[in-house]
This record gives sequence, structure tokens and C-alpha cells, in this order.
Amino acid sequence: MKQNLFISALIICLSTFAGKSIAQEVSKAQIKGLDEQVQEIKKDVLGISAELALLEEKLLYPSNTQVSIFVSFADKDGFRLDAMDIKLDGKEVVHHLYTAKELDALRNGGVQKIYTGNIRTGEHQLEVIFLGKSALGGSYKEKATHTITKGVKPKLVEVKVAGSALGDAIEFKEW
Amino acid sequence: MKPVRLLLFSCISLGILCFQTVDAKPSTDLFFGEAIFYAHKGEYFDAISRLDAELGQYHGLDEPGLDSLHQFIDSAQFSVGDFELYYRMHQRAGRAIKSVIEGNVDPVVRNEAIYRLAKILLQKNQPVNALHAIERIEGAIPDEIRDDIEYVKAVIFMVNGRPTDAIEILSGLQGSNTHGGFAAYNLGIALLQLGEDANGILQLDKAGTTSGSDEGTRSIRDKANLALGYKLLETGEPELAKKYLDRVQLNGAFSNRALLGSGWADIALKRYDRALVPWTILAKRNVTDRAVQEVLLGVPFAYGKLGLHGKSAVLYGRALESFNTELSKLDASIKSIQDGKFLEALAREELKQDKNWVIKLRDLPEAPETHYLMHLMASHDFQESLQNYFDLEEMRKRLLKWEVDIASYQELVNIRREYYKPLLPVIEKKFQLLDSRMRLRIEQRDSLENKLQSMLIAPRPEFLATVAERVDGYRVERLERKVKHLPLTNQSRQQVERLRGVLKWNILTEFHDRLTQAFKRLRELDGVVADLKETYRSFVRTRQAATQSYEGYDAPLNTLKFKVQDSMERIKSAMLRQGHMLETMAVNELDKRRKRIEGDQIKARFALAESYDRAQKAQEDAKFKKAAEERANQARVLAEEMEKKSAEAAKVEAETKAKSEPNKESNAVEQPREEIKK
Repeated sequence: MKQNLFISALIICLSTFAGKSIAQEVSKAQIKGLDEQVQEIKKDVLGISAELALLEEKLLYPSNTQVSIFVSFADKDGFRLDAMDIKLDGKEVVHHLYTAKELDALRNGGVQKIYTGNIRTGEHQLEVIFLGKSALGGSYKEKATHTITKGVKPKLVEVKVAGSALGDAIEFKEW
Repeated sequence: MKPVRLLLFSCISLGILCFQTVDAKPSTDLFFGEAIFYAHKGEYFDAISRLDAELGQYHGLDEPGLDSLHQFIDSAQFSVGDFELYYRMHQRAGRAIKSVIEGNVDPVVRNEAIYRLAKILLQKNQPVNALHAIERIEGAIPDEIRDDIEYVKAVIFMVNGRPTDAIEILSGLQGSNTHGGFAAYNLGIALLQLGEDANGILQLDKAGTTSGSDEGTRSIRDKANLALGYKLLETGEPELAKKYLDRVQLNGAFSNRALLGSGWADIALKRYDRALVPWTILAKRNVTDRAVQEVLLGVPFAYGKLGLHGKSAVLYGRALESFNTELSKLDASIKSIQDGKFLEALAREELKQDKNWVIKLRDLPEAPETHYLMHLMASHDFQESLQNYFDLEEMRKRLLKWEVDIASYQELVNIRREYYKPLLPVIEKKFQLLDSRMRLRIEQRDSLENKLQSMLIAPRPEFLATVAERVDGYRVERLERKVKHLPLTNQSRQQVERLRGVLKWNILTEFHDRLTQAFKRLRELDGVVADLKETYRSFVRTRQAATQSYEGYDAPLNTLKFKVQDSMERIKSAMLRQGHMLETMAVNELDKRRKRIEGDQIKARFALAESYDRAQKAQEDAKFKKAAEERANQARVLAEEMEKKSAEAAKVEAETKAKSEPNKESNAVEQPREEIKK
């Protein structure tokens, strides 16, 4: 009995020692297998994300009331956008401060969906104010207003920002 | 041959393959633009999610040609593949790009797709498949990626052991703005791979002197000089090797290995004192580096060779101390990893915001010594596994949020149901009543229009008589009936007939005006009816919106809830396995380093003992030498004294001989001689 206990204790000690000093090997096949599993999970989670996004849009922003505002850059060189304020019918709906990554994304042709909300059908006043720095380093503030007419379909408005004060610094485009 | 090829492959610089940027081109489609926005922010999950949804909508359209995405569809399809590639979904990215290749597309588009597929296969360590893919490129190539394609092709040839083909391409890329540096370096490696050592060395020498002060160029220069230095050390040309190794920047990523090699070159040339120059610099650096640990033994070795065994022994002793400390650190690090602290630290958000987060990791309490893991952390397998772990963690957080969102949506739907359900039947009842009245009025209006239209063909003036005229007509009719039975004068009868006549006259003569007026009124009525219909439709929409705000959500929300729970379980299990794999890799790496240090420790112990022996022997030899010299000196002094004394004695004897008796004098002289003898 005592001998058995001693052997068991010895095995435990040896296995503990083995676990600490000799780690298991990780094979390429194991890495590949797990990577494929992770890819499958990603595919499924992306599917859930798409389904949920559709459902959310339907539930929270039905097309007959939905309004979305997008921001893009018309002039990509030298201009730095610092902040953006958006008012809808006089009420502030967005106050956004830009990060370096976001600016980089906008300069590379990215379009930022800055606001999604609900409004009644009919006419609405959209007011956009942005703060930035021009290529020469001077502070730069612009303001523009636009009337949007909301119909039954979702209203998509693009706010195109330019860094030059010579032309229109803010352009609106309805989609 | 195989190890040589492997060694050379490890030297091949993948260049741009390691420093990719998002290739997606700007678009004027809002939703594609939004996906690009997320991709440039590095949020590939959101980028794929949005672009997938946009592409799904586009493909579901009856007339996709009218959609704003239509003109960017090829770019969008590429981009989704690209984003998937960045999100390490290589299987899906490969499939997406393959579908473009197999589709009926322009050769320019097809070739770009093949290039991207080849890049994926190369990154996934499938060089043969990458070669098959890249060889399919034929015809027109997009100008902006011409050099990229050529460079990737050359790398694929090198990896597949076809240096001749690679050399041809790389020679043509020497002037490239984007790949010049990498191409120059890889050309040197390819020449060495081909066995043209002299040309390879010349080419690496050229790559090692490329002009430019940007980080990339400096790094390529260092890499070329280091590769060249070690190659020359290997071929037994230490003098030349030192020249190249000394060109490597003192503060660059390759500096430690360069300093180490430079010292070994001096040792090979038996210039032990000069070897101490680079090695002493290196010995002061972070001791976790393998080169520094090697030099901890190298410095005392050089002192030993210079005959300074005492100094050598002291330094071996210090090396031993240092190795002991490092072994304790490694043991603590292994324990920390096995206790799960490594994964805990990896998952910390604040660290990921820092570029040097891997280094900062070691500052966290109980986190492992990450300097030992730097090499491992830079490896492709570890990086892929680590990124997978991060992705799983990010998805886990998303799923947690979605769980809460879904529960909120279910509550929202229930609140809406409770609000609208009792209201809707009442509204519905009123609506039905209004609906029937509206239908009646519209029918009446339609009937009027029909009558008016028929009057254009067959005029019926009486239909357009006014109410007063109709009343008057009934009165005249009553009068006519009465006058039939009354004995009236002709004048009275004529009066009644005249009344009838006036009525008829008015109705007949005003018919056309009245008809015009009636049509005008009908148009006015149409305006009112249109407003009514719009109000009706608006009401129908609102009623539908109210119903749709709570109906039809239960099943999809429940399904989503189930899917989220299922995915969460799978993620938890995958995270456990992925985490365990990372821990195992890290422990293996630390164990490997531990064994190396243990080996160094044994070497240091032996060298220390040997140095002590030599130092002691040298000390004893010096002691013996000194004692012998002292003895010789003593003997010399004694001999000199003896000579002096004997000279004095002789002098005294002579003097005494002259002054006293001869016997007494001889006895007096003998006495000191005896004393000297004694």
C-alpha cells in the first residue's frame, strides 16, 4: 500500500516536472486546424452582424422616417478636419471630434456615416458647421445650411467637405 | 541542399508583403465608401459586414446597372476579398478572388485578381500554389501594380527554388521606387541561392550601400551588410566580413548581431584585444538578447586569450551571476504564463493602443519577460494565433453587446405591441367606415364622369339643369296637370306653356357652358380626391408601420439570440484552445531559451574553473619565480659578503702578520673563515 502511494506520488511529481520543463509541441497542423475554425466562427459572426443590422434598421429606423448623413472629403490635401457639428431643425444631433485614423480614412476616399435618425416626411433644415486647419496652418471654420425634403424612402445626405475657402467649403448631395 | 535553401528562404525579404496598405480605391457609392472608411481605420469586421450587405443588396436588384455601386462593382468585389484577407479570413478571401478570376472579366481585372490570390497563397505558405497562380497572368497588367506583380513573382520564384527566373525579374526592378531596396537585397540572395557567390556578394555590397536616410532603406542596408558579413565569416574571410559588419548601424534592429559577428571576425584573426571593442559595447546591452548572452562568454574568452586569466575568471563569474538571474526570470515567466497572466495581459485594451505594447507588457505585475518572446512574437505562426485570439476576444465582446441589444429589442417590441394592440382595432373600425364612405364617393365621382363623357356624344341638357330649374320644372308640371281639368282661359294656358318654354330654353341654350363648367368642377373634384387618396395611403402606411413596428420580429430575434449564444459557446471554446496554444508556444520559446542559458551556464562554469586554474597556476609560477629570484639574490648577496669578508680577512691577516707573531696571526685568520664556512 505504502509502495503504491509512493509510486503514485512519484508519477505526479514527474508529470508536474515534465509539464513545467518540457512543454508540449504545437504542430503546424494544429495551428492550421484552429485557424480554420476561427475563420468559420468569423463567417458566422459576420452573418449574425448582417442580420442584426438589417433588423435594427427596420426596427429603429424604418425607411419612411429614416435619415442618414454621410461625410466625405472633396479636397484631400493639406486640410485637417478637427470637429463637425450637425443640427437638424435647429437641434444639435452630432458633435464629432476627428481622430488621426478617421482623417486618414476620409483622405483615402472613405465615407463616414455620421448620423442616422428619424424625421417626419416633409421639409427639414440641415445645418453643418466644421472646424479645421488649412494647409497653411490657419484655423478654419465653415457653416452651411441645406433644406432636405423627406419622402417615403430613406433620405441619404452626403456632406462633402473641402479644405479650400475659395470654392464651396461644404457641398450637399442627396442620394 | 535543403538546409541551405531554408536558410536562404529565411533571408528573403518579403518587403511589401509585410507592409501592406488597404488597396481599395475611393468610390462615390456611399455604402462602399463607408466600408472603405472602416477598412482604413483598421476595423475590418465592420468593413466586411457593410460591404457584404451592400453587395448582397446589389446582387438582389432587378436592374443592378442603375445602382450607384455598379461602376465600382469589380473594385468592391476585390475590396471585400482584401478586407477578408486583412481580417485573416483567407479561405473566404481566396474564394472571393477566385470567383472574379473565373468570371467573364477584363484581362486587367483578372490579372489583378490573380496577383492578389498569389499574394494570399504566398502568405499562407503555399509557394507551389502561388507559383501556379502567378503563372496564369497574361495580357494587360494594371500600371499601378506592375512593379508589385513583378516583385511578388520574383519572391515566389525564389521560394520555389527558381533563382534564375527571380534574378531576371529582380534585375529589372533595380530602379523601382517602391521595391528598389528590397529587389537589390533579394537579387543578392538569389545570386547566392544560384551559387554565384562572387556576384551575390557584389550585389549585397551594392544593397548595403544604397543611398537614402529613411527607415526602410537603412533597414535594408543593415540587413544586406549583416547577411554579407555572416556569409563571409562562414566562408573564412573574417577581415572582409568585419568590414561589412562594421557598416551596420549601432542602434538598429540588426546591431547586436553585427557587433557579435564583428567580434568573432577579430577572434578569427587572433586580434583578441580588438574583439573586445564591439563585444564590450554589446555586453552592456539588454541581457535577454541572445547575442548579448553569447558575448558574456565571449568577453572573458578574449581576456583569457590575452593571458588575463584573473580578469577572465571574474567576468565568467559575472556571466554566471547574470545567467542565474535570467534563469530565475525565465522560471518566473514560465510560471506566470502557466498561471494565465500572459493571456490576461494580452487582452488588456490599453496596451493595444501603444505601438510598443509587447515591451510594455513586461511592466505589468506578474506578466512574463516579453524580451525573451520578441523573436517568437515576430514569427508568422505566433502572430496569426495572437491575432486570432484578439479577433475572438473582439467578437466575444460584440456578442455580449448583441445579447444585451437583442434583449432590449425584444422589450421594445413588447412595449410597442402593448401600446398599439388595443388601439389598432378601434382605429381599424373607424378606418373601415371611412374607407366605405370614401369608396362610395369615388364611385359617385366615376359615375358623374361617365355621364359627362356620354353627354359629349349624346347631349342630355336636362341632366345639367340646376336644382331651381328642376323645382320650377316640377311646379310647371303640377300646373300643367291642374290646367287640364280647370276651365281656364287660353291666356292662362299659354302662360303655363311659356313657363315650360322658358325653362327648356334656358336648359338648352346654356347646355354647352354648363357642360364645360361640369368638367371643370370634375377636375376640381379630382384634386380633392387625390388629396383624399394620399391621406388614405398615408394612413395605410402609418397603420402598417404601427403594425410592423412590433410584428414579425419575435422569430428573427429569437433565432438571432440562439445564434449569438451558440457563437458565444464556440468562441469561448476556441479562445481556450487558442489561448492554450499561445501559452504553449510562449512556454516552449522560454524553455528553449532556458536550455540555451543552461548550456551557457555550464560553459561558463567550466571556463571559470579553467580560468581560475590558469590564474592560480600563473600566480604560483610567479610566486616560485619570485622566490627563486629572491633565493638567487640572497645567495648572490651572501657570496658578495663572503668575498668582502674574505678580502677584509686577508687584509687583516696581512696587517697582523706584519705586526704580530706568525702563529697567533694564522689562528686569528682561521677563526673568521670557520665562521663564514659555518
